[in-house]
Amino acid sequence: MNAQDYWALSPVIAMAGLAIVLLSADALLAERMFGGRRFGSKRALSWVAFIGLLAPALLALNLWFGWVGEQTSDPVVYGTFTADRFALFFQFLIIGATAAVILGSVPYLNQFRDSLGEFFTLILTAAAGMMLLVGASELITIYVALETTALPAIALAALRRDGFSIEAGAKFLILSALSTALLLFGLVFLYGYTGATRIDEIVARMATLPFEAGVPFGSLAVMLAVLLIVAGFGFKMAIAPWHMWVPDVYQGAPTPVAAFLSVASKASAFAVLMRILYAMADFDPVANDWQILFALIATASMTVGNLLALTQSNMKRLLAYSTIAQAGYIMVGFAAVGAASSSGTATAGPQSIMYYLAGYTFTNLAVFLGFTAIIHRTGDDTIAGLSGLVKRSPVLAILMSIGLLSLLGMPPTVGFMTKAVIFSTAVDQGLIWLAVVAVVNTVIAAYYYLRIVGLILFGDTDNTDRTRPSTGEMTAVAIGVAGSLVLGVVPWLVLQLIDDAITIV
Amino acid sequence: MSEFNGILTVTVFLPALAALVILLARPFNLEDRIVRWFAILSTVATFVLSAIVFLAYDRDVGGVQFIDHISWLSAETIKSSYLLGVDGLSAPLVLLTGILGTAAAFASRNINLRVSEYFVWLLLLEAAVMGVFTSLDLLLFFVFFEFEVIPMYMLISVWGSGRPRYSAMKFVLFTLAGGAFMFVGIFAVYLTGAVDTLTMVAIPELGISGVPEQIAGANLIAPASLIFAFFLVAFAVKLPVWPLHNWLPDAHTDAPTAVSVMLAGVLLKMAGYGMIRINIGFFQETKGFTVHDAAGILSVVAAISVVYGAIVTIRQTDMKRLIAYSSVSHMGFVLLGLTAIGGNTAAIQLGGINGAALQMFTHGTITGLAFLMVGLAYDRTHTRHIPHLGGLWRRMPIIGIFFFIAGFASLGLPALSGFVSEIMVFLNSFPVWPWAAGISAFGVVLAAGYVLWMIQRTFFGSRPPDGGIPQKNYDELTDAEPLDLIPILVLTIPIFVIGIWPKTVVDVFKIGIEGILR
Repeated sequence: MNAQDYWALSPVIAMAGLAIVLLSADALLAERMFGGRRFGSKRALSWVAFIGLLAPALLALNLWFGWVGEQTSDPVVYGTFTADRFALFFQFLIIGATAAVILGSVPYLNQFRDSLGEFFTLILTAAAGMMLLVGASELITIYVALETTALPAIALAALRRDGFSIEAGAKFLILSALSTALLLFGLVFLYGYTGATRIDEIVARMATLPFEAGVPFGSLAVMLAVLLIVAGFGFKMAIAPWHMWVPDVYQGAPTPVAAFLSVASKASAFAVLMRILYAMADFDPVANDWQILFALIATASMTVGNLLALTQSNMKRLLAYSTIAQAGYIMVGFAAVGAASSSGTATAGPQSIMYYLAGYTFTNLAVFLGFTAIIHRTGDDTIAGLSGLVKRSPVLAILMSIGLLSLLGMPPTVGFMTKAVIFSTAVDQGLIWLAVVAVVNTVIAAYYYLRIVGLILFGDTDNTDRTRPSTGEMTAVAIGVAGSLVLGVVPWLVLQLIDDAITIV
Repeated sequence: MSEFNGILTVTVFLPALAALVILLARPFNLEDRIVRWFAILSTVATFVLSAIVFLAYDRDVGGVQFIDHISWLSAETIKSSYLLGVDGLSAPLVLLTGILGTAAAFASRNINLRVSEYFVWLLLLEAAVMGVFTSLDLLLFFVFFEFEVIPMYMLISVWGSGRPRYSAMKFVLFTLAGGAFMFVGIFAVYLTGAVDTLTMVAIPELGISGVPEQIAGANLIAPASLIFAFFLVAFAVKLPVWPLHNWLPDAHTDAPTAVSVMLAGVLLKMAGYGMIRINIGFFQETKGFTVHDAAGILSVVAAISVVYGAIVTIRQTDMKRLIAYSSVSHMGFVLLGLTAIGGNTAAIQLGGINGAALQMFTHGTITGLAFLMVGLAYDRTHTRHIPHLGGLWRRMPIIGIFFFIAGFASLGLPALSGFVSEIMVFLNSFPVWPWAAGISAFGVVLAAGYVLWMIQRTFFGSRPPDGGIPQKNYDELTDAEPLDLIPILVLTIPIFVIGIWPKTVVDVFKIGIEGILR
């Protein structure tokens, strides 16, 4: 390890360090060291966590702009980690999502007064794992980072310790283990074929190896590896047919945790999958085959997510199915990953996916955190519980409506723009049918999103108590909505950034 | 290259800005009266701007004028710009939107439920429609085309009557389903190898070439007929064309008066506009299939729309539903006029499309007026059920007079605007599709039937029939108030002006359509 290695890892180290700081602070506060009332001082934890996030954010910014230190965008730490702008882009998303979740869930967390420290430690550890994951450029590192992400997430899902929550945790644990096993199996095939675990070496070996390469299945092993890797990450990304756990976990887990999982966990899985696929994009035996694979997965995911969302009466389950459908839209962009677009470059796929993820992060956080603010006051997580929200909390109701319209893809929000861009990549690849399926799906989705918007804005309610969200909650939701409007109306802001960040091609 | 004239941007976003002001002023709990007049004044200002655009459009120069152009979205697979501009086709429609927006705002004076919200949505609706008619970039066009759904959904479902939620959702789903096809169509056009722009018309002054030139003769990514159909479906739903008209009667019947005025007056016109601009504009020289090939089948659909719409109209017993169905019939004439594109000579093609465009403009004012009068009558009688009404003329002669004007214009009485546009459509479509035009002519006969019969049953007679509105209520009916005359006259004046001197609008449309026909 030299200076370059430390600089490249500095945001991840800062995030992990912050987790440890929170854990220690929690232990100190628990002993009433400062004579404060037990819970009263514990509330400071959320501010320590929130402000502490500045450290990884600043370090990541430093890497992006190259202010100080010895930096490189080549693989470091013996080739296991790459702090290129692609990784940094996703690290920003993860840090931002973590910050928003912490900011937007302070009042909600009152119910966890005994395990507040655990909550922050776990969520920051998971975030550190994700930040490692998006930059990981070696198979074992990917696996280790993934586990670092998964284990805290499982504990977070079970944090409420009631029946639903325990079930969520258990289900998450088992399926997570299964998916990781599938992933490992895929990585093994890749290793078996090339004899390397570093992605750059794998690329180099693939270029020279004969297709038979002296392993079972020959080059088909790579295809098998792609399938298994996609299946393994499929759980994380919550795409059909690996979506079964999502509604149960989202329903059982604390709502901010569901928000965190739906955004950060998904984004990091998409990022690492893109990195692996681009490594193999020039490998003839597979490169053209995954297009149809992703097209089918996208179709299944969109259709299953949207159709099942139609019948839900529980808001958390509905949002879960909605995120499955959203992941399906993102998979539409994967059909263009690795292939040259009509303008001759191969960056169309990642560009559309990264734009979609950026917009989705803002929008989905706004909706989930807005719902978090409501649910812990009313304790009612059904859709009907949102009825007439505009009378109780007008601003929050309007913000959530805009968020839902953005998820639906209504102009002028970012949901529309990102869908326009991501569907255009499908048409560009000649997959017109996929674009048609995707667009038809958005019409199906219109039904349930608009039903909720209608309930929020026009529904009757007996409950006339005004729900007053805290400033933190309101800020988090408002930032999400502002982001989804700004990125939709002035897309060039983020597209510029993304163009700089596509360093994996 | 970018150019920024500004006037169109202001015209489009002035209503939206006014909506924002109303929204931000909500915490101050302003009196409803103030909000109402603020909203009305902002629509008047928009009307003035739209009139300036229409009048200042230089007919000698032609082409696209008042351009606002900024690069907007440049992703790898799709590039789009914020491009506003008007040509001869859109200038009158911008004016129409200004007229109808003002009329709708005035007609909303009696709204008392959640006043500020109502006007926010109404103003946003106007902004969206204005955006549709002025944007020359396909994606921007689509953004406005889709955005209009949200205000409509809100306006119908909150301030509507009958089954408002059902009708609003039906409207939304029909429109979004149609829009979905257009969305794919846009990609298919853009991703054609030879096409590197989403600009809907060429603007030589700025060195911008449009889709129509680039798509001509190019190898398309999908069969031209399929892409054509994608766009056509979106507009056919909106126009509406039989058999996709199903949403319209429900939406109209349950919408508040002013929203019906906007819906019939300008929203349906977005579809006709789209058909001319895109279906005809893009597909004249496409490889393997051109719009001329589709004209025959479209003429059949148009004839069915006209006659079927008219027959169903006669059967209606609800005044609003009756006018709604008559829109299906009259919009059939628009489609019929467009099918003249299948004609041999340029004069016939031009004349037919010009007739269709004029029919859009005249139908906007005529049907807007009809809905307004039904609304005024309903506010007083509290029923729209025709068998329950009668003898209204004695109690409300002014409303009656203008109802007559709308009715006569609608059935095509000479000297009123409906006559001019329908005769243009017939004269130019008959040589091309004699059967379709001939059958459609029955639509005019039937129109005389349903219009006169409805007026006879509701306004004439000495008193309401037994079982209708009680005699006591009838005696207390009052006529229109002086302020009601403002929206009424705003809509009536164009009916007479175009009826007597059609050149005012026809010549402008002609410049635009000549530019689109190649």
